[in-house]
Amino acid sequence: MQTVSAGLITQRGVKTRRFFRTAIKQRYLYLMSLPFIAWIFVFSYLPIWGWTTAFMKYKPSRSFWEQEWVGLQYFKELLADERFYMVMRNTLAMSIMGLVIGFTVPIIFAVFLNELKGKMFKKSLQTISYLPHFVSWVVVAGLVYKMLSTDNGAVNDLLMWLRIIDEPVQFMAKETWFWGIVTLSDLWKEMGWNSIIFLAAIAGIDQELYDASRVDGASRFRQIWHITLPGIRSVIIVLLILSIGHLIQIGFEKQFLLGNPLVVNYSEVLDLYALNYGLSLNRFSFGTAVGIFNSLVSIILLVTANALFKRYSKESVY
Amino acid sequence: MSKAISYGRASRGDRMFDIFNYILMSFILIVTIYPFLNVLAISLNNSVDTVRGGITIFPRQFTLENYATIFQSQDLTTAFKISVLRTVIGTCIGLIACSLLAYTLSRRDFQGRRAISFILVLTLYISGGLIPVFLLYRDLGLINSFWVYVLPGMVNAFYVFVIRSFMDNLPYELQESAKMDGANDIKIFWSIILPLCKPVLATIALFIAVGQWNSWFDTYIYNGSAEHLTTLQYELTKILQSTQTGSSAAYGNNIAEKQQSVSPDSIKMAITIVTIVPILLVYPFLQRYFVKGLTLGAVKS
Repeated sequence: MQTVSAGLITQRGVKTRRFFRTAIKQRYLYLMSLPFIAWIFVFSYLPIWGWTTAFMKYKPSRSFWEQEWVGLQYFKELLADERFYMVMRNTLAMSIMGLVIGFTVPIIFAVFLNELKGKMFKKSLQTISYLPHFVSWVVVAGLVYKMLSTDNGAVNDLLMWLRIIDEPVQFMAKETWFWGIVTLSDLWKEMGWNSIIFLAAIAGIDQELYDASRVDGASRFRQIWHITLPGIRSVIIVLLILSIGHLIQIGFEKQFLLGNPLVVNYSEVLDLYALNYGLSLNRFSFGTAVGIFNSLVSIILLVTANALFKRYSKESVY
Repeated sequence: MSKAISYGRASRGDRMFDIFNYILMSFILIVTIYPFLNVLAISLNNSVDTVRGGITIFPRQFTLENYATIFQSQDLTTAFKISVLRTVIGTCIGLIACSLLAYTLSRRDFQGRRAISFILVLTLYISGGLIPVFLLYRDLGLINSFWVYVLPGMVNAFYVFVIRSFMDNLPYELQESAKMDGANDIKIFWSIILPLCKPVLATIALFIAVGQWNSWFDTYIYNGSAEHLTTLQYELTKILQSTQTGSSAAYGNNIAEKQQSVSPDSIKMAITIVTIVPILLVYPFLQRYFVKGLTLGAVKS
């Protein structure tokens, strides 16, 4: 028995010695990576420690050890706030709408784009469709405001010209339309970009399948249904998994930029709530509690979506 | 042969499909491009004339006055400089950090490889949230400072992994023979690996640059009160917010009042174009590299 453990110790000793010897040999590799690892700890991991702020009555002038701990007080405050439930509803509604529309439409776009006969048209449409992805949300929000504006906005002008409406509609002032406007703006910005991978996958489908089906007299719709879509099935599943994972990043840029005081009851999402009722009012602890709740919601969304997804497809995000 | 089949058998249904598809795709094309052209036309149109309405994609009374006004504004030229500065510095720092980390991860013999990989991957999934991050930056003295633009985003796990997967495909013998010649790891990285990685580095540089140029929220939250540090995107945000909340375009008026014939709305359009132009300039490169990089990344993951 003793000899065995002694053997283990010497073995471990040899291992440690070998580790350090290699470490010295690879000192430059450590030199190249460790500063950035330290950086990651500061900028990515240290904020997690900041979650403790939610459990104390945070006073900026005091050190960590002098803070007064209050337990779950701020979470209780949060759950007692009526506004919080409205904000929750907005967050859930917009992230689910974004997932459903933002995922399916690019697939349809890719399939139909692929069916275009003219090479030139196809290429230029493809190139132009990526452009909105590269401009900032600030610019997109400006464009959306301009297009939907009541004085000479393109949408109102068009609808008036078509005599669908008699006077301009104040799109941005209608709170019930806000979710739709956010979802469509997002779609406008990202549709082309999100279709790239599907297009690449479609290009990889064996052309002979199409030729053969044509001989059999299959219509274009049947070709799409029986060849194109099954051909990109695996890519669709992988990307669906990834975008379910992205539910975690609910985002608030578009809500911040497209929202205005008239629609605030439908535009405020959890992050903005933390901003407006936490940071702006110097209620740091309350704001942190909102942030933690936001993370919890994200995880619950992810787990639920994954469970649903697993039930229907037997594949999983994790 | 296949052509003959496709045209010979094109049924009426198929022809209907094609017509429908062309109409749909043309609609998408117009919806995508029209807002840009409309804003461009308004920015180049006399702003008094613009109020009459009816500007679509061509200016009716051509003028460069709107642009002249914004380039005379002290605030906006400063903002433009800061935007350029953060894009250049942010891209350089980010590129160095990401490529160094990627190289150490691509070295299969490096013993820290697994641990570093894990630490990096985790950053993709965790986030401290708005306020803890704000408090941290405040403690680090990053509030009201230029460095808040470039330091926090320096290492991006996603970019590191993209560069690494490119390095993984380089022949390993190159490094071996350099090592035989007595070169150390830094030298191998600098004079052998980096030159070979130019395509992927160009891609990532464009990624970072576009991200830097487009970001506005960090200015809003950390440097909103530091006037000499605001960026172009943030100035545009301010104008947008002030015009849409109906505060009678207070901010745009500030800039516009010096020039009687220029309206806040036209100023807004001109700034929008100024923020888009740099993107348009790099767009051909973006297109070429991004699409390749993205599809490659997707196949890998």
